[in-house]
Amino acid sequence: MERHEYDVIVIGAGGAGLRAAIEARQQGKRTAIICKSLFGKAHTVMAEGGAAAAMGNVNSDDNWMVHFRDTMRGGKFLNNWRMAELHAKEAPDRVWELEAWGALFDRTKDGKISQRNFGGHEYPRLAHVGDRTGLEMIRTLQQRVVALQQEDFEVHGDYEAYIKVFAECTVTRLLKDGDAISGAFAYWRETGKFITFDAPAVVLATGGIGKSFVVTSNSWEYTGDGHALALLAGASLINMEFIQFHPTGMVWPPSVRGILVTESVRGDGGVLTNSEGRRFMFDYIPDVFKDKYATTEEEGDRWYTDQANNRRPPELLPRDEVARAINAEVKAGRGSPQGGVFLDVSSRLPAAEIIKRLPSMHHQFKELADVDITAEPMQVGPTCHYVMGGVEVDADTGAASVPGLFAAGEVSGGMHGSNRLGGNSLSDLLVFGRRAGAGAAAYVDSLGGNRPQVTGVEEALAEATAPLERQGGENPYEVHHELQRTMNDLVGIIRKENEVAEALEVVEKLKERATNTTAPGGKIYNPGWHLALDLRNMLLVSECVAKAALLRQESRGGHTRDDYPAMRPEWRRRLLVCSAKPDGSEVQVVEKAQISMRGDLITLFDRAELSKYLTEDELAEYDAAAKELS
Amino acid sequence: MSYKGKFRVWRGEGGEGRLEDFTVEVNEGEVVLDVIHRLQATQAPDLAVRWNCKAGKCGSCSMEINGKPRLGCMTRMSTFTEEETITVTPMRTFPVIKDLVTDVSYNYQKAREIPSFTPPADVKPGEYRMQQIDVERSQEFRKCIECFMCNNVCHVIRDHEENKTHFAGPRFLMRIAELDMHPYDVADRKDSAQEDHGLGYCNITKCCTEVCPEHIKITDNALIPMKERVVDRKYDPLVWLGNKIFRR
Repeated sequence: MERHEYDVIVIGAGGAGLRAAIEARQQGKRTAIICKSLFGKAHTVMAEGGAAAAMGNVNSDDNWMVHFRDTMRGGKFLNNWRMAELHAKEAPDRVWELEAWGALFDRTKDGKISQRNFGGHEYPRLAHVGDRTGLEMIRTLQQRVVALQQEDFEVHGDYEAYIKVFAECTVTRLLKDGDAISGAFAYWRETGKFITFDAPAVVLATGGIGKSFVVTSNSWEYTGDGHALALLAGASLINMEFIQFHPTGMVWPPSVRGILVTESVRGDGGVLTNSEGRRFMFDYIPDVFKDKYATTEEEGDRWYTDQANNRRPPELLPRDEVARAINAEVKAGRGSPQGGVFLDVSSRLPAAEIIKRLPSMHHQFKELADVDITAEPMQVGPTCHYVMGGVEVDADTGAASVPGLFAAGEVSGGMHGSNRLGGNSLSDLLVFGRRAGAGAAAYVDSLGGNRPQVTGVEEALAEATAPLERQGGENPYEVHHELQRTMNDLVGIIRKENEVAEALEVVEKLKERATNTTAPGGKIYNPGWHLALDLRNMLLVSECVAKAALLRQESRGGHTRDDYPAMRPEWRRRLLVCSAKPDGSEVQVVEKAQISMRGDLITLFDRAELSKYLTEDELAEYDAAAKELS
Repeated sequence: MSYKGKFRVWRGEGGEGRLEDFTVEVNEGEVVLDVIHRLQATQAPDLAVRWNCKAGKCGSCSMEINGKPRLGCMTRMSTFTEEETITVTPMRTFPVIKDLVTDVSYNYQKAREIPSFTPPADVKPGEYRMQQIDVERSQEFRKCIECFMCNNVCHVIRDHEENKTHFAGPRFLMRIAELDMHPYDVADRKDSAQEDHGLGYCNITKCCTEVCPEHIKITDNALIPMKERVVDRKYDPLVWLGNKIFRR
């Protein structure tokens, strides 16, 4: 069997994975990047709006503290505040660094990086390139990897001396030596041959879990691999009940249902209306945001040109609020003909401006739906977009509880609390990708010569070949479809106790069926086999989502319970932590207390605002901190 | 609004293969990739196809549909009649791995041979100042989703395997133009574009531009201007004289 030795292996080649790999290599570590797709195709490529970083290029009042506050508000104060702090502080440097690696962002008049408005961000904050920012980011990072390989070629005569990309290669198990990580087991999609990676540090950067749902903006890769690999290796996941349903996905034609319509449409002036022509978002401003959003259309419209004297239009509320509002309008019978609501930018901007600012939206609607967005409204509805939950990590290093295991980006949890703000994902990838790469490099240094030994290869091999050897079992595509329908219908945007419980029963049965799947055909590029292996991950993650959703008896961010519609302060400090046995059985969810926010951070907020989120006890802590600092 | 569509899909691996006929359900609003996925789920579970975003943003599902290079996710079934047999084959310029999946490693090799962005040593991150009008030229080329259909269609390598070693293809000649037009790139790329990467092979038939799903004007905006830059250098009498006198 093919075997490779590395210092650090990074699983996933999206923004977080590439930034982690670049960091590990820059710190002198021999680094492998393992990705399921071709190099440069990861899901980051689909990010549209931009990367949030308080550079203050458009509004000089912006700074990290404002960004920190916006992030915490967006996450309804459930965020890991240390991550939110690091993120807000470091995002500008990470964006500027991309520019030095060749990225070409759109510019302001004075030649700086332009920044655009987005939901939940107080000031224009998103560095962007039209509406294809993710592509720019992934290409820049990809080209940075190539630049490092060229440097290595100059010195060592081998492009791959220090950093090598294993493309179309899927990891099915992390390998351990006792408690510590010692490598990973994978197969080449192209040939079906197996590989063992011998490495003391693994950075998970595998993205999200959207493929467990029918209507999703996510690609086939988003099968929760990193989440599941971490669980099976003994690490814990947090906040798995929080899933972001992006308010605006395409609703028609059926085959593209769920494909993302960027929030930039609203950031650049687009408005949401129902079948009665009403801008309904004005009816859905929640109490906690009452003083921050315009109450009339006139004020909202003035805000685009005069932000100092007006409040934002409610179309730019955080995503969870907008998604729920759209859902409610459709349920109340005020939806559009194709089952969404209207999103109109045609009456708000000149056609040429729309094509310049939103080129890929224009292209996407024209090519896929025969809709000209410069002349008519789009129809949109919520789509499963992002999982806030993920591997529980140390904020500063990205380290999980298992020695040698690190995670960054969507697969890690905590940073975004119960709801992520748009634009905070691309910056998250950069900030924590770099930190996880550095954390892994430091961990490898700390080991000295004591590299853990690879074990468990036999078991991993047996597990991976089983669907090929079985005869007459289940069709993996059917098991997958049933899981997607179940999660979509029963653990979707609005949840009820009995429905989530029902979903758990279905998942239990599907887990059984998934152990009996058959993949006809050979080992060479066999998608049926690949899906059969991915099912284990999707089912495990779905179980975590459902179990956590059942426990949290409140509504907050990306978790809305019909039977507990209010946000409850006593639940703010209760994080739900999932764990499982190495065979994926006995998924457990336990409560864990959120650590109190540092005094200098909590006092960045007004007491009046905090009183909407915190318990009386916590407010007493706030008073003590305020007193100490005054 | 659904009907039974007729598909003829190339199946095979290891240098052998054949066109296989399928009859498969087609629904309103679907694209070719949807139908390929339905074939996988119902009739041919091991049918190999690359795809990711299904929204024309990642450039993974390049294939040849009725002989034309296309993204499967952006080719709507409504562009065909219900009676038409739709033939789907892998990209021809690259070796087939299996079914519709080809070995595109040529492209990654070429990417590695183009010297990277080279900024001036004294500009620090955060200090870059560029005008929108100056970044727009390179931005057009950075819209590229690397579907590699331009390289697939380019006759220099489509019909001449032997040219692959010394021809980077439209994708990477455009990359050279992109860097050459970057306001902060200080590397000299003109000679190597011609001598190392085969810019001279391009005889501007614009096949690449025609197939580009991002509608990048590869020939007009990247390759022709790059050729002009090379020519300006080569036939500039002062440069010529300087080269004669000072070379080595």
